[in-house]
Amino acid sequence: MDLTAINPAVLIASLMVAAVPIMLAATGELVVEKAGVLNLGVEGMMIMGAVYGLAIAVEAESPVVGFVAAAAGGAALSLIFAFLTQVLLANQVATGLALTLFGLGLSSLIGQGYVGIKPPPTPRLDFGPLTDIPVLGTILFRHDPVVYLSVLIIAAVWALLKFTRAGLILRAVGENHDAAHALGYKVQRIRLLAILFGGAMAGLGGAYISLVRVPQWTDGITAGAGWIALAIVVFASWKPWRILLGAYLFGGITVLQLNLQAAGARIPVEYLSMSPYLITILVLVIMSADRGRAALNAPAALGRNFHASR
Amino acid sequence: MTGTGEVLLRVVGLTKAYPGVVANSDVSFAVAPGEVHALLGENGAGKSTLVKMIYGLVKPDGGTMTLRGAAYAPSKPGVARQQGVAMVFQHFSLFEALNVAENVALGMQNPPGMRTLASRIRQVSQDYGLPLDPDRLVGDLSAGERQRVEIIRCLLQDPKLLIMDEPTSVLTPQEVDILFQTLRQLSAEGTAILYISHKLEEIRALCDAATILRRGKVVATCTPREKSARDLAEMMVGETLTPPARSAKAKGAVALEVSGLSVPSPNPFGTSLKNIGFSVQKGEILGIAGVAGNGQDELLLALSGEVRTARDRIRINGAGCGDAGPNERRRAGLVAAPEERLGHAAAPDMSLTENALLSGAVRKGLVSRGFIDWAATRDFAGQIVEGFDVRTPGIWVAARALSGGNLQKFVVGRELSQAPTVVVVNQPTWGVDASAAAAIRQALIDRAAEGAAVVVISQDLDELLEITDRFAALNGGRLTEPRPTQGLTVDEIGLMMGGAHGMEVAHHVHP
Repeated sequence: MDLTAINPAVLIASLMVAAVPIMLAATGELVVEKAGVLNLGVEGMMIMGAVYGLAIAVEAESPVVGFVAAAAGGAALSLIFAFLTQVLLANQVATGLALTLFGLGLSSLIGQGYVGIKPPPTPRLDFGPLTDIPVLGTILFRHDPVVYLSVLIIAAVWALLKFTRAGLILRAVGENHDAAHALGYKVQRIRLLAILFGGAMAGLGGAYISLVRVPQWTDGITAGAGWIALAIVVFASWKPWRILLGAYLFGGITVLQLNLQAAGARIPVEYLSMSPYLITILVLVIMSADRGRAALNAPAALGRNFHASR
Repeated sequence: MTGTGEVLLRVVGLTKAYPGVVANSDVSFAVAPGEVHALLGENGAGKSTLVKMIYGLVKPDGGTMTLRGAAYAPSKPGVARQQGVAMVFQHFSLFEALNVAENVALGMQNPPGMRTLASRIRQVSQDYGLPLDPDRLVGDLSAGERQRVEIIRCLLQDPKLLIMDEPTSVLTPQEVDILFQTLRQLSAEGTAILYISHKLEEIRALCDAATILRRGKVVATCTPREKSARDLAEMMVGETLTPPARSAKAKGAVALEVSGLSVPSPNPFGTSLKNIGFSVQKGEILGIAGVAGNGQDELLLALSGEVRTARDRIRINGAGCGDAGPNERRRAGLVAAPEERLGHAAAPDMSLTENALLSGAVRKGLVSRGFIDWAATRDFAGQIVEGFDVRTPGIWVAARALSGGNLQKFVVGRELSQAPTVVVVNQPTWGVDASAAAAIRQALIDRAAEGAAVVVISQDLDELLEITDRFAALNGGRLTEPRPTQGLTVDEIGLMMGGAHGMEVAHHVHP
């Protein structure tokens, strides 16, 4: 095995790219869960975003249009979830699982005509001379706009939740929907908006896989990224910046195991491929060991449907 | 300040019906500025629906309201707040994971920035003798402090009418005194207060006028100071109440013995039990008082066996069973009825028969070789319904469909019908109307007279004084030494319950 073949700067740069899809999806899910809704359909919304993003980008010959369409597609799918759980008061867990299965099937159908087609490339942002700084240039200034956008979105969500009244109301709804209702807040409407945002973010994350990471269409292209995003929200104990940490950790292990495979590590490839998922499980177990503290951070009304009674 | 002829809020002919129930029927009354006006009635008399209409949470079916002479029909609470109507809720209005300032901000129309708000909270809380730290998490506050958060949230908006829904149910007697000082100060400043309660002495001490509701209708208006508590009670209930009869039988051997019981709370905002010790004899009723959240739920869990501990910490009839689960303890003779009726004492969507089976299987022998004896179970459920006057269409209805009082009678009846030697109940009459409460208390006394050791955990001091032989209080997870109930004064009880949590000081500064 030749470990010198692994360049740390390139490794960090590529883990940032690898982390983008789950980071976007997890940020969206964080907002949804902060509003007290558990949407297990992240995987389905991601893969719908992936197929929409690729298809529209190919037809419009523009990756930007593709990303916008992916966000809209993810949001559209989440609207089904919102209608079922917020209006018809369906069980959130079952509806979310159904949404994932539906998304996987529908994306496969839509994607049939696009197998093997390359999407238009997403250009890197041009930082001029900054790109040539040794190490730092490689790590920070040679990415496409979505990498920066994903970090900006985390910053925005953090600021929204921490400093604004809208964020306070969102947290209040997720904490105690009866109290929020008694104070005159529209619980259902706030949750609907949160679900739409979550859908758009998952769609965006999915499109990043099909337009940048892989760039092409294959069935089941998201490969469980949506589930990892859900796990990362718990790992982050519902705090935005920790999503960044969790996503980079997961992305880092993914990239590292790929590099180890390339470097010819004497571990069977299957073990390397499962390592990011194993480590996610391990981290979740460690996080949940301190039950009291974890429960303190979780939105108290998570997964509970709200129905205004007398 | 009554009698000036000036009217702040006038309600005329307000009516609201829900499917199957008329919550309010043609309710009329008026409140003057600075008046403390009581709305008196039993649970289910329609008090809460009435104030929810005034606060804009519920839309009336008919009738009109005027505020300061102008038509008033709030479409939502925000509109009511803008017009100077504020409300302190009985439950469901605080967010445990948010801090005090955030909780206050959520209840305001246009809150200032967080830093300005925090300093205003400090200012107002000092002015009215309700000290409060804006940065503390509400989940860490005591019940009395939580109520202060609600009151200050209202006061910051300079209300003209303050609605208070059962504000004293969670307070110690000393805290009640401080609250009343604050309310009198507000009233003197011209704020009208609409005070909802079923506690008669409080209303006689505080209120200038009272409107009495029964089954959604106004049955009387009066000046409470001129009436006796008994008169008020009879107007409220509409019948004469007989206090439970106590027996004076000699006590037997110790049936339940608890020593050095320390249990961490299973809930993040719960109270851990610290070194609790007491014993109860056969035929004796021990009352455990305390403000909500001082370890009552944890004590019930530890006694019922849902939370386990070391074997010798809890002894039933002398046999250690601290490490036994609920069914083993039932076998040993201990039955328990927790506070939360739906979801803890009873499975909401299961029938009364099934619910009877859930706790009665062991002692009534309703299961043999893994099969359920449905005939015996139905008999058992039928006996409970008959013996405890549970009003239900039948034993096949879901527990959820019963009213709170009826389900409580069923739950308590189910436990008492198992011929237990030790009975533990938490809040046996919470949210239960007066006649059902009297029946439950009588049943507890009867059970003790038949030789059971009974532990009653309750926040209702009158109830404890009425039925218990000895009295102790839970305060921050510690239990005081039990004392004979006879001869205890309200002041002594208040001190046992932890006094006023340092609230007196502020009122000395701003008398």
